[in-house]
Amino acid sequence: MDLLTNILAATVVAGTPLLLVALGELICERSGVLNLGQEGMMLMGAVAGFIATLSTGSLAAGVVVAMLTGLAMSMLFAVMAVTLSANQYAAGLALTIFGTGLSAFVGAGFVGQSIEGFEKIAIPLLSDLPVLGRALFTQDLLVYFSWLVFAGVALFLRFSRGGLVLRAVGESPGAANANGLRVLTVRYLAVAFGGAMAGLAGAYLSLAYTPMWTENMTSGRGWIALALVVFASWRPGRLLLGAYLFGAASILHLVLQGLGWRSPTELLAMLPYVVTILMLILLSFDPVRTRLNTPLSLGQPYRPGH
Amino acid sequence: MLQLERRPEASTTLRWLSPLLALALTVATGFLLFLGMGKDPIQALTFFFITPISDLTGLAELGLKTAPLLLCAAGLTVCFRARIWNIGAEGHFLIGAVAASAVAVSVGDAGGFLVLPAVLLAGIAGGMAWASIAAFLKTHLNCNEILTTIMLNYIALNLLLYAVHGPLKDPYGFGFPQSVMFADAALLPALINGTRLHIGLAFGLLAAVAVWVLFARSFIGYQLNVVGEDHRAAAFAGFSARRLTWFALLVGGATAGLAGAAEVTGPIGQLVPQVSPGYGYTAIIVVFLGRMHALGIIAASALLALTFIGGEMLQIAMNMPKAVTAMFQGMLLFYLLTCDAFIHYRIRFRRPLPAGLSQPAAPAGQEL
Repeated sequence: MDLLTNILAATVVAGTPLLLVALGELICERSGVLNLGQEGMMLMGAVAGFIATLSTGSLAAGVVVAMLTGLAMSMLFAVMAVTLSANQYAAGLALTIFGTGLSAFVGAGFVGQSIEGFEKIAIPLLSDLPVLGRALFTQDLLVYFSWLVFAGVALFLRFSRGGLVLRAVGESPGAANANGLRVLTVRYLAVAFGGAMAGLAGAYLSLAYTPMWTENMTSGRGWIALALVVFASWRPGRLLLGAYLFGAASILHLVLQGLGWRSPTELLAMLPYVVTILMLILLSFDPVRTRLNTPLSLGQPYRPGH
Repeated sequence: MLQLERRPEASTTLRWLSPLLALALTVATGFLLFLGMGKDPIQALTFFFITPISDLTGLAELGLKTAPLLLCAAGLTVCFRARIWNIGAEGHFLIGAVAASAVAVSVGDAGGFLVLPAVLLAGIAGGMAWASIAAFLKTHLNCNEILTTIMLNYIALNLLLYAVHGPLKDPYGFGFPQSVMFADAALLPALINGTRLHIGLAFGLLAAVAVWVLFARSFIGYQLNVVGEDHRAAAFAGFSARRLTWFALLVGGATAGLAGAAEVTGPIGQLVPQVSPGYGYTAIIVVFLGRMHALGIIAASALLALTFIGGEMLQIAMNMPKAVTAMFQGMLLFYLLTCDAFIHYRIRFRRPLPAGLSQPAAPAGQEL
């Protein structure tokens, strides 16, 4: 039982950064904007959050700075992709390449330093539940916060006027504009939310998951999150499930090694990426559903008056 | 009031001026950045852009790093022209290097002059095989090529690590994760004696010429262009998107695979984990900066090769982090895309209208 609890707990921890960044990207894509810069924004969030915490001693400061950094990075993208109607693929790639380089540059002097990361907090009563209690309710604050964000995003999309506006803009910016909605403002806000969440996801890595900074520490999670959003058909509920599924895949090699599986670590380390491709393949068996669920204007720049 | 307005016609001047503007902005930002770090900006920029190429050895090193970038970029140009977003050059490069090394290590000296062609062909085949996975996933299973090629890059990196820690590891290498040094028969001949510059640069230039011929003179190049410009028009014309996707990705895999093979048989002479400092990713910038044109990508490859050497130079001479290279590269691409927006749009200054009058329904864009 202990082993199962440990695996579940580790799955939640590994799935949390994916959940955070993917929730942000989901909102962004629902507005019709595809931001491939997640990896770059995450890295910038991770390094900025780490430096802020290291110099102030405050984890809260680290989280806030990381989110603001992610947001600032996303605004660079928004100016290009939303205002200047640049190709969203190219602009997103530019953001990732730029963020990867800038984070390595800024963080070069901080490699090898360590901080006290987020501690696990047991929620009274709930954490006493068998198996799941310790796996789900003895986690750090950011894990609990990710659930709040999840609930917020799910409720927002389904029940709020804002959610309706967001979906309208993503499905048909022309019609939304004709109805007096400010398409570009909505898209800016959606991109900003995505940036802040990517920054937070980065902070989770450098402040909680492994409280330190190393170059490229996201190791592709920003990209996996993009696949995750497709996998979830742009729905928050499936996203939550998918994030933990991918989380499980990314710790599978540790579990297998723990069970005494004799296999080269390098081969096992491929698993999360292989699983991601397998997920994409699974989706292809039902291309109609994927197409129906894709926000109709995804990836298309919009210019009012044209 | 500043307004963004669509030009009646795309500006050809700006199309070619944009990379130069982007470079100027990057240098200017670098200047401010070095100033902010308390370093002498003139000295730093000199070390970055000028010192590395002020003698023959330096120029040879530049050519050495231009070669893999140019090879990768040539293949990516074929993909990007058709709007196939192949981000996988890095993975093709790594698999090409592993495949070439596997042949070089197992053949050794036996085989004489046939060794080198076999090694290079293995690299090309490796890159093509890796690219064909993404091609199959796209054409038969409808998987987005951006995500699959990125994932395949990470998988390729782990395969490389597996190779140098396992089957290709030098048993007498004191435990270092690297292969044996290749036999002389498997090494590329030098292009200029006394320097490290090898014949790989010639491969790169040939690839650029091939790209030019493909797009200027061949029907398949025309088809690729049409698919990129207008997918539906291409379908109406009866061009097979599936076949073109395979073609573009296989060409991308072949050139990047050859680049990987040329890297291990050229300057390195063995397989090491750090065989690529990110050539495959940088090549993406090369293609955009070079306007997807043969001459353009040659110039852009040389410029980005310089950022690699310049970064090393700054690290040695001024004790700056090596990541300055990646940062400059990212900045360059960012500024480029921003400048590119003005190929299609221009900023217009409009006087605000007197109160009571509404804005005319001109072909104006939204307010900035």
